[in-house]
Amino acid sequence: MEEKVRRVEIAISLVLRTGVLLSVAVIATGLGLMFAHHAAYVPVTGHFSYRELTSRSTPFPHTFASLGRAITRGEGRGIVVLGVLILILTPVLRVAVGVLSFVYEKDLPMTLVTLYVLAVLVGSFFLAGA
Amino acid sequence: MTPLDFVVSLALISVAAGVLGSLIGLGGGVVIVPVLTLLYHVDIRLAIGASIVSVIATSSGAAAAYVRERMTNLRAGMFLEIATTTGAVSGAYLTTVLPARFLFVFFGLVLGYSSFATFRRRHADQPLSVSNDRIANYFDLHGSYYDPAEQREIPYKVVGTTPGLGLMYVAGLVSALLGIGSGALKVPAMDSAMHLPMKVSSATSNFMIGVTAAASAGVYFIRGQIDPVIAAPVAAGVLLGATFGARVLGRVTSRTVRLVFVAVLVVISIEMLQKGIFP
Repeated sequence: MEEKVRRVEIAISLVLRTGVLLSVAVIATGLGLMFAHHAAYVPVTGHFSYRELTSRSTPFPHTFASLGRAITRGEGRGIVVLGVLILILTPVLRVAVGVLSFVYEKDLPMTLVTLYVLAVLVGSFFLAGA
Repeated sequence: MTPLDFVVSLALISVAAGVLGSLIGLGGGVVIVPVLTLLYHVDIRLAIGASIVSVIATSSGAAAAYVRERMTNLRAGMFLEIATTTGAVSGAYLTTVLPARFLFVFFGLVLGYSSFATFRRRHADQPLSVSNDRIANYFDLHGSYYDPAEQREIPYKVVGTTPGLGLMYVAGLVSALLGIGSGALKVPAMDSAMHLPMKVSSATSNFMIGVTAAASAGVYFIRGQIDPVIAAPVAAGVLLGATFGARVLGRVTSRTVRLVFVAVLVVISIEMLQKGIFP
């Protein structure tokens, strides 16, 4: 019993760590590109205010189509959004790994519990898109 | 202030939010939302989007360490997620029915009471050794953890799964309705109703808040509330802070965690009441 729980713990910890490291790396790359492309964003050369990028009317990708276009153009902010999406999907992936681990351990009650949680999560993403 | 100054200063504040959030099982939105709106004058809708990112970052950053160190009760956390996710989805439908002002007052009062209940338990931190709770026994939600501060293995039994599930449903509902991470309700539900040790409650709440937040993050993304220039320093800073905070939790005593939690809860409770009474 203890041994089984330990294996699930290690699998879940690994998923979380990978997701976190990947998203930080992608976000850092995006930020780096953004500052490299826009000299005016850096204090030494520019007088550009951050308000222009953080107001309600600022354009930034918030659909999958516009995100795809921004990434193919190599825009820093598009790559940052990709990194943030990886971060958002990490808990969902963590639940999916939980389902697989409990199936593997032949723990039916917990398999059903985690499967229900995964179904609600995936459903909520579709509801958001509709 | 140029965008680079903004990114660097916000990242530093986010590190502090991550340390605090990971230590007491909250998402760090308590720090992020007021900082963004009052200090940087960012629109509240974008601040809430950043707060959701902060919740997920705290959760994943801290849980990676807590789960490996066996501080999290995985089975109890996953079991209770049934109620939080269901609550979050029903909350998304209720937003149109209930006025936000009423919710802020109600939630402020609930948090005021839970800070009192959590404070009252400050001398009674003995874990239970028997449980007659049929649900807890069927799903085997009991556990044990190694406490580095006390340098011993502490086994504990779980009770009160029915009130626990009810409170978790409310926590999910509230997080969808008000756009806040609901660790403030999850920790008291596990600590007071289910008698999990304080540190386990905090670590398990940390584990769960990411899933609750992910359930509404998709909506925030599509609505255009997740601004990359704000989200990037928040995500990176909070992740760094949460990873560091997770190392601290083991070493401090349960009593310290409890007192810091109560103090933060009182602040949130006042903040909520103020929003509801003087909007």
